[in-house]
Parts: sequence; C-alpha cells; structure tokens
Amino acid sequence: MSEASARRAAAQLTRDAVFRVALSVQEYFALLARLLRACVTRPFYGRALILQMDTIGVASLFIVLLTGLFTGMVLALQSAVEMEQFGATIYIGRVVGASAVRELGPVLTALIVTGRAGAGMAAAIGAMKVTEQVDALRTMGVDPVRRLVAPRFLAALIMFPLLTVIADLVAILGGMLIAVAKLGLTPDLYIRSVYSVLSENGFIFRYLPIDLVQGLGKPLVFGALMALTSCYYGLKTSGGTEGVGQATTRAVVVSSVLILATDYFMTQIVLVLFL
Amino acid sequence: MTEHDDLHVAAPAEVREEVCSTVRLEDVYLSFGDHDVLRGISFGVCQGDTLCILGGSGVGKSTILRIILRLLPPTRGAVLVEGRDITACSRDELLKLRQRMGMVFQGSALFDSLSVRDNVAFPLREHTCLDQDEIESRVDEVLSFVDLDPGDVLDLLPAELSGGMKKRVAIARAIVHEPPILLFDEPTSGLDPITTRTIDELILKLRLELGVSAVVVTHDLTSAARIATEAALLLDGEIIFKGTPEEMHDSELEYVRAFLE
Repeated sequence: MSEASARRAAAQLTRDAVFRVALSVQEYFALLARLLRACVTRPFYGRALILQMDTIGVASLFIVLLTGLFTGMVLALQSAVEMEQFGATIYIGRVVGASAVRELGPVLTALIVTGRAGAGMAAAIGAMKVTEQVDALRTMGVDPVRRLVAPRFLAALIMFPLLTVIADLVAILGGMLIAVAKLGLTPDLYIRSVYSVLSENGFIFRYLPIDLVQGLGKPLVFGALMALTSCYYGLKTSGGTEGVGQATTRAVVVSSVLILATDYFMTQIVLVLFL
Repeated sequence: MTEHDDLHVAAPAEVREEVCSTVRLEDVYLSFGDHDVLRGISFGVCQGDTLCILGGSGVGKSTILRIILRLLPPTRGAVLVEGRDITACSRDELLKLRQRMGMVFQGSALFDSLSVRDNVAFPLREHTCLDQDEIESRVDEVLSFVDLDPGDVLDLLPAELSGGMKKRVAIARAIVHEPPILLFDEPTSGLDPITTRTIDELILKLRLELGVSAVVVTHDLTSAARIATEAALLLDGEIIFKGTPEEMHDSELEYVRAFLE
C-alpha cells in the first residue's frame, strides 16, 4: 500500500470515528429529550419507580456505608500523620468534613453506585433488548423510555443525594472513630471542627451551607448522568449476550468518566459563583 | 390434505387486490446503505385472512413484520394499517395503532421478571381501566383459550415454562386486548412436530373463532399449508409468488418448485 493510500485510509477511519461519536452524542441528547418529556407527562409508573429506588438505593446501602466508613477513617489516618508534625490534630475534623462533604462523599458514592446499579441497569435493559422484550413493549403501544428509563432516572435522582448524605455522615463518623481512638480528641471537639469548616464558606438562602448545597447538587447530576448513560447503552445493545457484556462495560466506563469530569466543572462553577 | 383444507377460503384475487387493506404494503423498499433488504414489497391482507410469508433464512421475512409495526421505518413506500399510513402518523397515533395489533415474537419475548399472570395482564394494565378482578378473569379466559390451565401456570416465571408453553403464553398476551390484527414471527420454530401442530391449530382457531387477520412469517411449509389462506414467497427482498396455498402448490415457477421440494 502506498503512503498516499494509507493516509487516505487513515483519514477515512478518522472521519468514520468522528461521525460515530457525533451520532452517539445526538442519540444521547435525543434520549434525554424524550426522557424529560416522559418524566412530566402521563402515564407514570409509580410501582416501577419504587422498585428502582429499592434496587438503586436500598440495595446499595451496605456498600455505600462501608465506602463512607473506610473513606472517613483513612482520611483521618492520613491527615493525622502530617498534622501531628505541626501539633494540629485538633483540626482533623476540618479535613475530614470538608473532603467528605465537598468531594469524596458525592464522587465515591456515585462511582460505587454506578459500578453496582449502573451496570445492572445496562445489563437488564440490554438483555431485554436482545431478547426482543423492548420491541414487545413497543408493539404493545408502550414507550420503552417511559416504562424502562424514566423510573430508573427518577429513582437515581432521588436516591443519589440520600446515599451521599449517608456516606458523608458515616465518613465523618469514621473520621471521629480514628480521631477519638488514635489521636485522643474528644467527640465534641471533633464535631465542632467539622461544623466550623462546613459553615465558614457561607450560606445560601441564609441557612444552607454552600458546602452542603454543593455536596447535594453534585449527586443529583451524577445520578442523572449514571441513569441516562446506563439506559442509553442498554437500549443500544445488539449482538446477543456478548453485546450485553459490552454494553454493561461501556455504561460503567462512560458513566464514571462523565461523573469525574462533571465533578471538576461543577466545582469550578461553584468556586467562581459563590466563593 | 389436512383436516383444515376446507377452511382455506381466501377472498377472490380481484377482491384481494382492491379492498384487502386491513394490513397493506404498497411498494415498500428498505435499504441499509447500499444493501437492499426489501425491494418493492406490495400485498394486502383481508379481514379474517391469514397471509403466510415464506422464504429462506435472511431474505427479509421478519423485517416485513417490523415494518408493519414501524419498529423499522421503510426507506420508501406506504404501510397501511386499517387504512392509515403507519409511516406517516405521529408518535401518539402510532402507539394507538400498535394497540390494534398483537405480535408474537420468535423467541416469545415474555418479560423475564414478570409471572405468566402479569405478562398476560400487561396490555390490559397499560391500556384499559379494568379493575383487578376483571383483569384476572380475562387472563384466565385467554389462558384457557390457548389450552393452558390457569391454575398451573399463572404464578410461573417465563424461565419455568417449556418452549411450547412460552409460545402459548405469548399468544395469550397478544390476544388479551382483542386486537383485530395478529403478527407471528416464526411461531413454530424450535418446536417438536406435535407442539407445532398445536400452535398451528391455535392460529387457525384465532381466525375461525375470533375472526382476526394475521400475517405469519415462517419457513415451515407444513404449518403454512395448515393455516394460510394466502401465501407469499420471498426471495432476495422481493415477493416472487403470491397466491393461495393450492396455487403455490401448483405453481410452475422454478424457485417455488425448488422451495416446495
């Protein structure tokens, strides 16, 4: 093959790849538009919503508790090593509180729940797709976006913030365990330290600490991204059981990357707007 | 001769061409890139008739069903369901038109997570205001119609059913809301001869007792001979023969002879 024809082939491959990505982005936003319409118009599927809240939220609770606990404990341990050198261990609560509420709580919870529930969503919808169950819904005059995607999306919107609050609390408690058991701080001192850091960035609407709003706004967005991405890949599944596996992997990888990238931009926006 | 030969009464040919518009395809093409899947498909199904679409694997038989349901939009041509062009209607109209049809998929496509009761009741819960007792009673009725004992199967999951039972539950789900049109995708594939005959007789019963119009995609000639009032043979995306099963049997066309033999 000549150099010129190799270049042409490479250019064609690049064009095809760009076209495929552009098409996927267009389909992704088309699904979002249909989903938003389905969320605000009848019929609603309350039972499916409760079932999904159970699948996403209750079933993920244990792993979120573990994640929060060990994150808080390791944060306290690592910080203590540095802070002991300056005699600043009384500020351990500030480090744990700020890190858990602003970043680690929302992000780690989102990643853990994506690995668990997002993979499950993509696999469940993907399996329905390859066994023609999604087509069966459509032939019965039922919109799969309304029946399958909307309940998962709404359940993720509700459960992500709740799980994040729980993870934050448990992380703070985990930090307190280390602070009390290893560093000899009193629980009261530790909690005051946590409160001081959460209140020092100011308040929105007089009573809501900015850190808390930031910490609860993120999981809303992360939940939406996880559910939309997982359902998108589920609905696009083709190629039998192997296709289900590929869709599941893509759903988790793309959701995780979107969550991490969005976290950066949301933090940047909050810093510019409020601090 | 089958025991149902006397039931193969199709509308006369000139009537089929003029008025058979329960389901009607007019010059339908479907292409993916340079590949033509369907080329100029035209046919009509009269009220109460059963059209069997025959052909080898991969010639586009199941694609025709997907086009009738607009699961796939045709590249060009018109698809009329009860006189309305399904390719040109809005999303809401499409959902309503789909409720006028029942589809039995090749793999049954029962919802894995739902019991037989909930699978069969699904269309009623979605589209009617019937109360729970009325739904239960209708589910029992259609399960009995497809020769299943409701007491034995109602609480089973699809994974606990045999292939023949799955097909019958799928038929029950397709007819529970009494659609006037039924579509079958390879209803007897993968079934033993006795179960195949049972399913064929069930399809005949649907036509004779409920008067539904049906389009059946199959490659099973014996089944087609039992159930069809009209048959169409597909080759490379084109209909190369259309007529009654008897006309097909007597056809001199080379591919038809080869297919039959």
